[in-house]
Parts: sequence; structure tokens; C-alpha cells
Amino acid sequence: MIEVEDVTKSYGATTAVDHVSFTVNRGEILGFLGPNGAGKTTTMRILTGYMPATSGTARVSGFDVFKDSLQVRRHIGYLPEAPPVYPDMSVESYLEFVLRIKNVPAEKHSARVDDALAKTNLGDKRHELIKRLSRGYKQRVGLAQALVHDPDVIILDEPTVGLDPKQIIEVRNLIKALAGSHTIILSTHILPEVSMTCDRVVIINKGKIAAVDTPQNLTSQLRGGQRIRVETKAPEKQLQDLLSHVPGAARVEVGAGGADGHVAATVDSAQGQDVRSQVAAKIVEKGWPLYELRGLSLSLEDIFLQLTTDDAAHAQPSN
Amino acid sequence: MRSIYAIYRKEMGHYFVSPIAYVVVGLFLILCGFFFNLYLGDAMRAAMEAQMQGAQFGMASNFDVPGEVIRAFLGVLALFLLFFMPMVTMGIFSDERRRGTMELLMTSPITETQIVLGKFFASFTLFLVMLLPTASYILFMWVKSEPMPPLRVVGAGYLGLLLFGGALLALGSFLSSLTENPIIAAVLTFGAFLLLWALDFGSSGAASTVESVVHYLSVINHYQGFTQGVIDTSALVYYVSFMVLFIFLTVRSVDSMRWRRA
Repeated sequence: MIEVEDVTKSYGATTAVDHVSFTVNRGEILGFLGPNGAGKTTTMRILTGYMPATSGTARVSGFDVFKDSLQVRRHIGYLPEAPPVYPDMSVESYLEFVLRIKNVPAEKHSARVDDALAKTNLGDKRHELIKRLSRGYKQRVGLAQALVHDPDVIILDEPTVGLDPKQIIEVRNLIKALAGSHTIILSTHILPEVSMTCDRVVIINKGKIAAVDTPQNLTSQLRGGQRIRVETKAPEKQLQDLLSHVPGAARVEVGAGGADGHVAATVDSAQGQDVRSQVAAKIVEKGWPLYELRGLSLSLEDIFLQLTTDDAAHAQPSN
Repeated sequence: MRSIYAIYRKEMGHYFVSPIAYVVVGLFLILCGFFFNLYLGDAMRAAMEAQMQGAQFGMASNFDVPGEVIRAFLGVLALFLLFFMPMVTMGIFSDERRRGTMELLMTSPITETQIVLGKFFASFTLFLVMLLPTASYILFMWVKSEPMPPLRVVGAGYLGLLLFGGALLALGSFLSSLTENPIIAAVLTFGAFLLLWALDFGSSGAASTVESVVHYLSVINHYQGFTQGVIDTSALVYYVSFMVLFIFLTVRSVDSMRWRRA
């Protein structure tokens, strides 16, 4: 549905997008994840035909975004970072204007407007002037604008920015409901959003793609070896000594854990080694109480940090 | 064509739903009414004096009151346009850029030419709405004055105004496409209008080739003929090519937004 091949965009000396390639299949939700200024918006603008790439090609529904720009724009709904709304228009007349410039025949207008308003829960704001709406409602009007003409491809640049938690959940559900019949690309720097809504994730940093995979694969693939957390009550030095001698343990870190003078340790093991039984046996052997022993999984947050910070070693596991 | 109309309709809504149209048109008409009244009074006084002098020396007066009033009125209308057009054009593109709605237009299946033309026609319509009520003054003279107002001057004068105003609108919308800030657009536009106007001063002697070229470029110079009831082909060509040039440049400028860093 969407094919991006070796796309580069530079502004003078700076390169915003650097040889990026990826594809999106029909009906899929692709998440675009990266820190601010990573090149997410630029990539989306190239896909929507807003700006041309410096080199490389991108195709949407088989049409080249540069050569057949008008054809591509017919198939796309796009929500830019700031909702592109006219403050002096009512929600309804704004959506009708959008339908007119998207070349949707007039007889379909009222049905399409009703549908978009229903999907974005804007029914009661239909006749309200857009300038009187709150930030979250404006964002929803922007979202309605992106899907009012029922496009094949919907591109959303940070769709949940400015929404309250309840609205965020509504928008995520809406996006999930749209998948299947629509192909969706959304960008975000909020990690849970990606793991909750997307089928696949493209992690982009400094204009380059750092990883492309499903959220699940990314999590397990990057974990590599295993990391476990032990909580016990023992002298720190002795515990460190003991755990370091467990076969398979690569790195041990001991620190204060919880209340009552508990001591916690995290143990990284080499790939394919499960050290949990060994660790438990050793501690019990010493007669120390074992309060907790569990495997830690790296969250998308850690993966993101690993991939996007220069020193991957600084990535810390979350509990 | 449908896309041009979609843009046109949106722009008309923008002018007439927001206070822009009412403020611009209203103020313009108040000033027009004031100056028309002033010129009418002046011309009638002058005619009276001429008649008295004529009676003294036993000659018939041939002071043409309606002709004088219309010529003076057409002149001041053009001057008002110099001040009012920048207010009409300042937001045409800069507002869209500032609000980010340009991104919507430019990712929709419409061409830059359609966007620019739709907006130009809408601003021209607003200009017609400004101008139309001034026809009532002419109508008033038509009914009340003796002799009748010179039709040729009225017709040519209004044609000249339309061309002059259209040229200013084209230039103004081009300058509006260069910046995100409507105030900067307005100042640029006003400065450019004034400069094109002032080209006429100091070059009226037209001694050298350069001076005559500069004189030709002056946007007001070609208008003078129309207020005398003369439709000069070179003036027609000047205004039409001026409009086409700046509409073309606006299309290029809008297109170039794609290549600039937003």
C-alpha cells in the first residue's frame, strides 16, 4: 500500500530524513516512533505530497508521491501536527469544505459528514464555530477532517496530543477500528501508544531508521539475555560475591531494596541462560530469606532509549 | 473548476462571516460618500462663480459640473484603493500559512493554480462589493444633474478602477504569499503600491528612455487616461499583463512553499 524506498530529505546542510525505507501493508497500523526532531513529520509530509524528497521514491496506492502527487492526495487523509482548521467556520461547514476540495461528489457530503462526526464523537458540536472549541475538540475536528472523505490511507501526526486521558482512549479505539479498511500511519513519541495501537513500529532517530518490527518482537529481540531481580536480606558485599559466582551470571548489581533493610540485586545473564534456580538455591543455602525473585522485561521505553541514545549501555530496566 | 469554486466559496465565507468585509466596505463607503459630497459642493460653487463671471462679461458659462465631479471622484477612489487593498490582501496566504491550513490545501487534490485563482476571484468579488454602492452616486447625478454625467467617462473610469484594483489585488496576494505574518504582508503591499504610484512623480517629463520606461511602469499613470474617458490599449495591456504576471508569481511562490523548510 505504501512503499518508501531510500528516501532522503535535506534542508541545506542538515539532513532531516536519511535513506529511509519501509513498507506498510493494506489495513495495517504503522507506528512512527522517535524523539522530537527525528524526522517523523518530514517523512509524513513527503508521503502526503506536501513536500518532495531530495532523493528516493515513495509510492502510495501505487502512485508516486512526486510524479502523481494529485492521485496520491486523492487517496490520503492527513492530520498535521496542528489541526488545520479555520476558526471562523462551523464544524459542519469546515468538513463540507474539506469534502469539496477532496473532490467528493456533493450528493455524498451529508452522509460523509454524519459519519465523520459520529466516529469522532463531535455530533453535539456540529454547528459550533471552531474557534469556540477547546484544544481537544479542535484536535478531534482535525481527525474528522482526515477521515471525512473515507481515504484509503490515513496519516496522523501525533493524533493524541492535547487530548485528555479519556479522549486519548477514544482516539486509540477509533484508530484501531479504522484499521482493516484503512491503512494508517501514526507518529508519536508516547511509547504506550505504539504498543497499544500499532501492528508494526518504525523507530526513527536523527533521520535514520533504528528498527522496524512488531512491538512484541522488538521487546523480546532486544532483551537478548535475561535480567532478574532478587530481593533478600543479607550483607551487600557477601551477596554481590555470592551472585557473581553463579554460573551464567554476567553482571550483578546490588543495592538497597525496599524497607526493613532488604537488599535487592539485579542479575544479567548471558543469552540463553536461565540463572533463576541457581540464584534461589544459593541464597537459600546461605540461610537468607528470599522475598522476591522475578524476571524483568525491557519495555518499549528501554528499547527506545537503547536505540536512540548514543550509549546504549545506559538503558535501565523498568520494574 | 469545481475546486476553484470550493476555494472561492471558502474565501467569501471568510470575508463575510468575519468582520473583515463589513469593516473594509463600510469604511470605504463612508470615505467615498464624504469625498463625493465635498467634490460636489466644490464643483457647484465653482460653477456658480463661473456663471456669475459669465453674466458679468456677457458670455454663457460652460462649466461641466457632473464631469468635474466624476473625474475628481474617480481620482480619489483610486487613492482609497491604495489604502484599502493591502487590508484585503494581507491575510490571503499569510493567514493560511500561520494557521497551518496551507498544509491541508496542499495535501488535497487541488493544484496551486486553483488555490490562487479561487482566492483571487474571491478578493475581486469583495472589491466589486466595495465598488458597487458608489454607483448610486452616479445614479443620483444621472437623475438630478443637468447636463447628464458623461457616460463615456463613467464607463471608462469604472473599467479603469476594476483593472487598477485587480492589479493591486494580484500584487497584494503575491506579497502575502511571501510571509507568515499578515502585518508584514500589509506593510510590504502598501510600500509596493506607494512605490509603484510614486514612479509617476519625477518621471512625468520622460526625457530619457529610462524615464519613459519608469513612467510606463507606474501603476497609476495608466489610470489617468480612463478618468478622461479614454480606453487606451496600452493601458489595458499594462493592467492585464500586470495581473497575469503577479497571479503567475503567486502560483510559483505557493508552489515554492513545498521546497522551503516550514
